[in-house]
Amino acid sequence: MQIVVIGGGICGSLILRKLSALRNVSAVLVEAKSDLGQGVTKANSAIVHGGYDDPHGTVRAALCVKGNDLFADLCEELNVPFKRTGSLVVARDNPDEIKKLEELLENGKKNGARGLRIIGKDELKKIEPNLSEDYKHALHCSSAGITEPWMIAIAAANIGRMNGARVITGDPVTGCNISDGHVEDIILESGTRITADCVINATGVHYNEVASIFGVVTPPVKLRKGQYILLDKLAGGMIKSIIFPTPSEEGKGKLVLPTVDRGVLLGPTSERLDSYTPDDVATSDKGLRDVIDAADSLVPGISRYNWIIKSFAGLRPDTDERDFFIKADDRVKNFITVGAIRSPGLTAAPAIAELVVDELIPQILEFSAEPKERIVTRLPKTEKINELPFKEIARMIDDDPLHGRIVCQCNEVSEREIINAIREGAKTIDGVKFRTRAGFGRCQGSFCGWRIAQILSRELGIELSEVRLNEKDAWILNGKVRP
Amino acid sequence: MKNTKTDVLVVGGGAGGMAAAVSAAKEGAHVILLEREDAVGGVLNQCIHNGFGLQFYQQELTGPEFSYKLEYELRDKDVHVVCGSYVRYIDFSSNSVYVISPSGAQIITAGAIVIATGARERPFGALLIPGDRPAGIFPAGLAQRYVNLENHLPGNRALILGSGDIGLIMARRLTLEGMEVAAVVERMPYPGGLTRNVVQCLEDFGIPLLLSNTVTRVRGNGRLQSVEVSEVDEQFNPVSGKERSFEVDTLILSAGLIPQVEDYVRDLDTDPVNKGLSVSNTCETNVRGVFAAGNNVAVFDLVDYVAAEGWIAGRHAAFNALGKAHQSQRIPVVRKGMVGVLVPNMVDPNEHLRIYLRLKAPMDKGKVIIRELEIEKSFVYGVPSEMIQLVVNKDKLDRIRDLNKLTVEVLS
Repeated sequence: MQIVVIGGGICGSLILRKLSALRNVSAVLVEAKSDLGQGVTKANSAIVHGGYDDPHGTVRAALCVKGNDLFADLCEELNVPFKRTGSLVVARDNPDEIKKLEELLENGKKNGARGLRIIGKDELKKIEPNLSEDYKHALHCSSAGITEPWMIAIAAANIGRMNGARVITGDPVTGCNISDGHVEDIILESGTRITADCVINATGVHYNEVASIFGVVTPPVKLRKGQYILLDKLAGGMIKSIIFPTPSEEGKGKLVLPTVDRGVLLGPTSERLDSYTPDDVATSDKGLRDVIDAADSLVPGISRYNWIIKSFAGLRPDTDERDFFIKADDRVKNFITVGAIRSPGLTAAPAIAELVVDELIPQILEFSAEPKERIVTRLPKTEKINELPFKEIARMIDDDPLHGRIVCQCNEVSEREIINAIREGAKTIDGVKFRTRAGFGRCQGSFCGWRIAQILSRELGIELSEVRLNEKDAWILNGKVRP
Repeated sequence: MKNTKTDVLVVGGGAGGMAAAVSAAKEGAHVILLEREDAVGGVLNQCIHNGFGLQFYQQELTGPEFSYKLEYELRDKDVHVVCGSYVRYIDFSSNSVYVISPSGAQIITAGAIVIATGARERPFGALLIPGDRPAGIFPAGLAQRYVNLENHLPGNRALILGSGDIGLIMARRLTLEGMEVAAVVERMPYPGGLTRNVVQCLEDFGIPLLLSNTVTRVRGNGRLQSVEVSEVDEQFNPVSGKERSFEVDTLILSAGLIPQVEDYVRDLDTDPVNKGLSVSNTCETNVRGVFAAGNNVAVFDLVDYVAAEGWIAGRHAAFNALGKAHQSQRIPVVRKGMVGVLVPNMVDPNEHLRIYLRLKAPMDKGKVIIRELEIEKSFVYGVPSEMIQLVVNKDKLDRIRDLNKLTVEVLS
């Protein structure tokens, strides 16, 4: 039996990883973009939520709490960073905001969220000394944490591949053949035809579009844009936890949180887009100003000019129901949509993968999963110079001098790490950047960009002018100055 | 793992670092010079235009020629150069420097250290320009590297944001190599680079310079397609109705240089205006035995000044390492009036004093005044892009020995 997963974001990749562990399934992942995890998965707050704010009784509430429980083991197996930093929803000394904290606590308990308690100003001050004096109360959630979402997608697909799954990137689905209410195969832009006994549509903001290729109607997506600002590591000492304001109708609010590599992320805005524009990840002057103002009101002085290194925006697929839509279609019986994966989609993703592979697929295909006898469950540790003690680095350089060639000096990334990333599937500047953090630092590739382009050109056997930032149209250089 | 000892360790092999290494070696010190690239020279290697060296070498040179002259002197002296190296950490309490390079990881313990890490370009991300995030946006220095050293053009039609010297130089370079430069856009009402560069790089080629304008939006999925430029008011806010769009596939940024000091700010003092390391006229930082010179102290307008400061830093680092340094005094230097960037930040009255300053804004005429030294120097047509330099002989500094500060003031 062949199961095709469309979409190489965190959900699709985690589903592939589980499918690849089955003996009686051959699994294929198809991703439209040139790399994995480059859609919704890339541009979100990277938070593993505690699960207290999703309304009790929703699918997302249940999957969030379950996903949080699965996260530590998952990241361990995938060799992806995960830190339980804890989160704080902070409130001023006014009855409405305090009541909101109590409601969140109550809701969280019903959801089964762990590590929740309300704390007062002394403890709050102790945890976050740089927090604005305006905030006197907080809901602390010790089970919340931060991770690198795109690395989960990349690593999960890698495990899938090691266990025999196929991963196709840069080739969108353009058509299919359906017979008797069942998908028989899918057709890619390149003309490749892949037979399918079951299709999983895990395409982030694109789930309506992809479903419609198969004649399947899904709840209309309502895009929500979030703008972010990333701060230098120098800002990292200012905060320890994920800091939320008290939530509003618009969502969880604009927050201040640490990133796994010791930087700080500010945002997001939460702007509902009027039309379906899935490529619109443009920032706006107002949005970026709002992010800075909100951050400064939580942690005064955190967004100082020389600490800002990047701004960006991401889209989230919401619906009028404001809940996940994870269902097999009634008419096209072997087509499952994993849609409307809004917040807390990252946290819920491991639970979503279980739901799809352990429950939905067996139900609709009437088959019982048989595990492979021997599979890879853990990715081998890749050696990141940045995380190693000096003595260990010295030993490694003696074996392989490329460990000692530091290409990205902001984030201490060696040429060996970059070559490994390319051998593992990175084909572009962004592919290298998201895998290794080279070019992610304060110079944003001003110093190392050309060198990374050169390494890509050499390792992939392509001309320097053929190196792309990310997608096909994102060319960087326009041929030679002179022959 | 190797443990190495040296008299003077220099971090950075650009103009400042090379000059420091040569002068330290001349004083008899054993010197190790660390350079991140595969060759010394720093940004000089890609600055293939001329206009360098008029002060330091009394002759007009290209960047590579300037670099080669210093490199030639290096080879002649007791200087060990480690290319492809990266400094992971400096323990300033013991002057131990943790170095990683393809030839191995080593801890180098030095008698004195010269930090000459230069500056980096302000990247696009830091500018908070709204819009898409396409390919085709380059810091000017990276574009310069691609064109001059990697033999590749960044695109077909470019707009340049910022009229700093690198932006102006790149406008000319890209034009000469067959790209079209639509305009250079500068948010200030005056150009950011040297006057000679405005004339020779823009006016001579008919490239428009749009003052009091900035980029307000970038558009493009994949590659850059267009850039929106708007006039700005005195607070640099875009004036509505004064926008226009440029169809360009390349945006070159010359939006300022940032001294590379972040790795050292825990131990070394910085100056809030210069945004670089605070130094005395012997180039010593607040930590004894640790010196700094060049663009990580303040962004200099001429490489000649960088090399000259590096030279002083190296000399004093050698004195320090070889036990020849005298007990020095440090009198703070403070700004007044129109003084912006100012080097040095402290004065040792036993040594000559070279003052470099930039005006906060252009002035038709004015004077630099140091009352404590009874110095008054007039100037006409002063602009922030061109540093004003003053040299005070140490004989004259005797009288400030008992003062608690030295005030550098610019009045109109």
